Amino acid sequence: MSSINQLLLEAKSVTKYFGTITALENVNLKIHAGECLGVVGDNGAGKSTLMKVLSGLYKPSAGSLFFDGKEKILESPKDSQNLGLEMVYQDLALAGNLPIGENIFLGREPTKNLGLLKFLDYKKIKELTDAHLGKLKINVKSADQKVEELSGGQRQAVAIARSTAFNAKVVIMDEPTAALAIKEVGKVLDLINSLKKTGVGVIVISHRMDDIFAVCDRVMALFQGTNFAESELSKTSRDEVIGWIMGKK
Amino acid sequence: MDNKDQEKNSLYLKIMPYLEKYGILLLLVIMIVVMHFLQPDVFLSWRNVTNVFKQISWQSMLALGVFMVIVTAGIDLSVGSIMMLSLMILAIVAKAGAPWYIVVITPLIAGFLCGLFNGLGITLLRMPHPFIMTLGTLYIFRGTGNLISGGTPISGFTDEVRYLGHGRIDLTWLGLEKSQYLPVSLVLIAIVYIIFWIFMNKTRTGKWIYAIGGNPNAARASGINVNKILVIVYSLCGFLSGIGALILAGRTDSGYPNAGLQSELDAIAACIIGGASFFGGRGTVLGVFAGVMIMGILRNGLNLMDVSSFWQQVLIGSIIVLAVYIDVLRRDLGTRK
Repeated sequence: MSSINQLLLEAKSVTKYFGTITALENVNLKIHAGECLGVVGDNGAGKSTLMKVLSGLYKPSAGSLFFDGKEKILESPKDSQNLGLEMVYQDLALAGNLPIGENIFLGREPTKNLGLLKFLDYKKIKELTDAHLGKLKINVKSADQKVEELSGGQRQAVAIARSTAFNAKVVIMDEPTAALAIKEVGKVLDLINSLKKTGVGVIVISHRMDDIFAVCDRVMALFQGTNFAESELSKTSRDEVIGWIMGKK
Repeated sequence: MDNKDQEKNSLYLKIMPYLEKYGILLLLVIMIVVMHFLQPDVFLSWRNVTNVFKQISWQSMLALGVFMVIVTAGIDLSVGSIMMLSLMILAIVAKAGAPWYIVVITPLIAGFLCGLFNGLGITLLRMPHPFIMTLGTLYIFRGTGNLISGGTPISGFTDEVRYLGHGRIDLTWLGLEKSQYLPVSLVLIAIVYIIFWIFMNKTRTGKWIYAIGGNPNAARASGINVNKILVIVYSLCGFLSGIGALILAGRTDSGYPNAGLQSELDAIAACIIGGASFFGGRGTVLGVFAGVMIMGILRNGLNLMDVSSFWQQVLIGSIIVLAVYIDVLRRDLGTRK
């Protein structure tokens, strides 16, 4: 298991322009193994843009990304996935019409190949799904259940299971509890804590201080596209972090 | 997590998948039984049944193509025109004296290229909706078909060219009469539908087509090349329209300017009746087949009973609205908000 000090991902001086708008300016970010980093900021502070740069959806205008200490240039989300970085999107990015197992393996399905034709290996998908859900202690009736039949919390659990099914090193979660009923929030936070224990670095973007203080080890605030403040969680308070979001120190 | 909700839904969840899968077949069986009682001497006679299959043969190809497009939450309005253009190209190549194996392949290639044109247009030109692109090509392809043929029918093909649409498989060796033959087009429908059933249900590409219809953002975030899959889908749709042209060439022995006029609407109707959802991601190959059959049997049955074709229009329209309303209800009940 990786030690907590191992640096998994580092963003250095990332800058992103959209036309004349500066969305990010010289932003730095570090995430270590087994650590949870909370990223906070007001709407438009650049949180989502930063995450999209990390995942390869946007190319940074300037700055560089280091995976395991090596500089990498991402052409697409596929590249970041191959480097062990996974996103859990706010809109969950699940296909409701497909079963749980097929969602978890969507785009990376195990197949049996017959020449050019790739046939899905349904048996293997089911086996891998059951094993993976069991490992994360996610309870669903059956891996064959369609995602649209699940509750919000179960869907979030499937989305997180999806992100970690391929030995992810870093998982980015965008507002993981925003769409959930209060009673389901705890289960998702538990899931994040158990992910940390497996050595995964987790980046959580959230507006909810309760979430940040329940799972994070470190918190950083973005303000108007720049690094505004950063602290170990134990050395700050809710009021201070809320102040950072509003641009007050 | 929500045990109460799940219990409340459990009966529904148990029945619904079966109803969703086989409900349409139930409707088809009911229709066949009702028609049989209304027309006991004629409806289930060998002659009439083969007739129905011959009549739906080329429509079933168009419907299957449009079905895949609808699963991606798209639409293809140009299939009728693709078929007409492919048919005209076939006719011209045949008249030019090309050997039959060339003539037979031309509509398939032409259809495929038309579909490819649609797919590339939708993705590369970033059309706001496939409706726009295929509405455009509905006119473009039919206009091109008229331009190359001068807008006049071209008739007279060899037996080899007409085989798929007009051929008969003799069954006298089974002790049946000479009139009790199997239309080649029926065998073709069966083969094509089985191939595409396997494609949609068993292959990775088929699964991705459903995923794109379910949530295109999820598909994209999963690393699926959505545009590439869309181009494949529209190309296959064009290819199937090309097969439709080949069947029609056999049936009518002619390439004619009005071929397939408004047949895109029949194809869409068959998909919708068969349970494909306009919202995308939902529908089965079996359902489309049932949809095509229902429309074919409805027309045939009403013809047998001498019901005016105006009533046929009213009935088919009503069934479409009803089928979509059922889909709306299903979504309301089935999806957790």
